[in-house]
Amino acid sequence: MSDKVTNIVLVGVGGQGILLAAEILSETFMLAGFDVKKSEIHGMSQRGGSVVSHVRYGKEVFSPMVPEGDGDILFGFELMESYRHLSLLKPGGTVVVNDLCIAPPSVLIGQDEYPAGMALKIQEVCPDCLLVDGQNLAIQAGNARAANTVLLGAVSKRLDIEEKYWIEAIEKMVPKKALEVNLKAFQMGRGLK
Amino acid sequence: MKEILSGNEAIARGAYEAGVKVACAYPGTPSTEILENTVRYKEIDSSWATNEKVALEVGIGASFVGARSLVTMKHVGVNVAADPLFTLSYTGVNGGLVLVCADDPELHSSQDEQDSRNYAKFVKIPMLEPSDSQECLDFTRLAYEISEKYDTPVMLRTTTRISHSKSVVTFGERIGAVKEPKLERNPAKFVMLPGNARGRHYVVEDRILQLSKDGVSLPINRVEMRGTKMGVITAGISYQHVREALPEASVLKLGMVHPLPFDLIREFASKVDKLYVVEELDPFIEEQVKAIGIPVIGKEIIPICGELTPGRVRKAFGLPENAPSTVEKLPGRPPNMCPGCPHRGVFYTLKQLNAYVSGDIGCYTLGFMPPLSAMDTCVCMGASIGMATGAAKVLSPEERKKVVAVIGDSTFLHTGINGLMDMVYNKGAATVIILDNRITAMTGRQENPGSGHTLMNDPTNEVNFELLCKAIGVKNVRTINPLDLDECRTAIAEEMERPETSVIITDKPCVLIKREGVFKPGAPLQVVDDACAGCRACLKIGCPAIEWIPSSGKKGKAHIDPLLCNGCDVCSQLCKFSAIKEAK
Ligand SMILES: Cc1ncc(C[n+]2csc(CCOP(=O)(O)OP(=O)(O)O)c2C)c(N)n1
Ligand code: SF4
Ligand code: SF4
Repeated sequence: MSDKVTNIVLVGVGGQGILLAAEILSETFMLAGFDVKKSEIHGMSQRGGSVVSHVRYGKEVFSPMVPEGDGDILFGFELMESYRHLSLLKPGGTVVVNDLCIAPPSVLIGQDEYPAGMALKIQEVCPDCLLVDGQNLAIQAGNARAANTVLLGAVSKRLDIEEKYWIEAIEKMVPKKALEVNLKAFQMGRGLK
Repeated sequence: MKEILSGNEAIARGAYEAGVKVACAYPGTPSTEILENTVRYKEIDSSWATNEKVALEVGIGASFVGARSLVTMKHVGVNVAADPLFTLSYTGVNGGLVLVCADDPELHSSQDEQDSRNYAKFVKIPMLEPSDSQECLDFTRLAYEISEKYDTPVMLRTTTRISHSKSVVTFGERIGAVKEPKLERNPAKFVMLPGNARGRHYVVEDRILQLSKDGVSLPINRVEMRGTKMGVITAGISYQHVREALPEASVLKLGMVHPLPFDLIREFASKVDKLYVVEELDPFIEEQVKAIGIPVIGKEIIPICGELTPGRVRKAFGLPENAPSTVEKLPGRPPNMCPGCPHRGVFYTLKQLNAYVSGDIGCYTLGFMPPLSAMDTCVCMGASIGMATGAAKVLSPEERKKVVAVIGDSTFLHTGINGLMDMVYNKGAATVIILDNRITAMTGRQENPGSGHTLMNDPTNEVNFELLCKAIGVKNVRTINPLDLDECRTAIAEEMERPETSVIITDKPCVLIKREGVFKPGAPLQVVDDACAGCRACLKIGCPAIEWIPSSGKKGKAHIDPLLCNGCDVCSQLCKFSAIKEAK
């Protein structure tokens, strides 16, 4: 096993299921035999705030926080939040982002406008960017709420971890009745180029 | 067994393995999940106390009759619990007692950034500081051994990045032989009258000297030699950042941050050319190292405000930083009250009435945010009422009418009730609004003495706020429906006029309460496009379910997201054009 630590940053909006996705990632890496650390800020009930979760794995991981500018993958659940946190990514890093805009409070009340062309701007800074239509693919898989799992599948394709560990982690963390749809959603994401 | 646990989950596990019988806390980020996890072990009696002082007293009581007890709180909670804590240092313990204090550098969810290591020094008790989840478990177990061996309470300090980070943990077993609690009387030790306490002070001083000496060979204080050029003394999460940013440096990793093992520090200092201390917040270790005459570099390069990160440590040591890519200024994304939150209408009304809002801490502190913008002060839990009394004492009779204290149910029971007694007793003239949403919402919906259930999910007594206020002596007490804007306005305006204390209680629950039958959502509403005049009146309450669509119609129109709307009906009361109706 090399000494390299792989750094993943998950960003989005509170209530989008980012914490669960980070749990599944961590579980997968542990099952694959790695040291894992994960860090995030939570504890507020109300939803809607900006959320960042750091997941790191390797032979030995020290800080639970991805060092600024060392991120290998930015796993984005929302466009503006992904753009906001691009500085965590290393030059030449990868972005996998959900093609979704969620208006923040100042936009909801008509004070600001949601910044235009976010996806293009992300691609300008980071050419290795996969834009995923999570919502539609999830509907095809059988449930709009499985969008995160589609994204997870796309991220999994970019990491050198055997597929069986992903499946095992998903089976452990996702409720039984939603499992079939989620496994299908995962495979759809994994199939994305 | 191996699992990925947060620091808080690992502390709960450690307490279980250490044979803890009683765990008590008042919730507070980032400490809350410790008790939410001890409650999973049936061997532990876990409970929410009304405040941190009571939580510690419950722990002390259990300890004095022989049980191992755990008490947890956020950093500012220790301020509330400080009174019993100082004397507990003198009495010592019977069953081991561990006080977990979770600091919040960077103020992710707090009103200050205090460094609670200073308490350990002030109170003269040992403090352990873990730097990952495995250490959270191991140090918790060790803390009980130290507590009983040295007859002292032990503080275990975490920070947000320890409490809320997850890492791989290997479990142990619950210890077999735990003492059976029984009544034992030992007044010389447990009755702190001056005559007894004078003698105990000597015990406290000897104990801390002994702990400092024994700390030299304590395995959790560990030297990692990697070369002699530079040595770093560090502890807690900072240790991880140092290992990340300065992989070549030799490290003295302190597991016990108070008292310091001075002989070990001298020895380490003698082995390296240049000595540094890397610690978050105060120069706590640094000042003590300097005081014994050892030159060391610390806060000259390490920031004193905010949390450390690997990047900030790199920067402090002049190492090349990864140039962050510049991004344009984006609209912020602060948290917002939920759709249908019962607090919203009250703040809208307070703003309309131009009240001077003496605020408090809870979800309702978000009433400060635009567009509600209706909070003028917020200092600490329970402060709103006392501060209203103070302001009302000195303002002109006309301005005095504007003073309204706003406080949540949990915060009122925590320390607000003392303020109300004082207001009545001293004939204070202000209006107090108790926002009873049936839960301690801000910290993730914990039960409290007003909510009818315990942490262990037993049904229990519910405080009757109206009767309680009357018993204190408030003559004007009324309960209102906060979702009815007319009722809100009438009640608040009337009570503001009154030249004496009045209390208004709101009675609608938090929309996130899961317990069946407490919160019942209404039918979602929609904006009838043709009727919407684009007047923006409904935007003034800042409900996240309502979005302004600038491109709709001539000047823009409002839209309600039916998946987010909880049907509270507040927005429709603002619409003069009857454009907001039940969705079909
Ligand atoms: C001394 C202290 N303990 C704990 C906290 C953490 N805390 C902030 S607000 C709050 C509870 C708020 O509950 P409530 O007053 O019922 O208002 P709600 O959030 O339900 O609106 C807690 C526990 C704190 N800030 N200070
Ligand atoms: S969690 Fe409850 S009290 Fe807090 S904002 Fe949401 S509805 Fe309001
Ligand atoms: S009824 Fe109006 S204010 Fe209430 S939740 Fe729905 S959109 Fe928001």
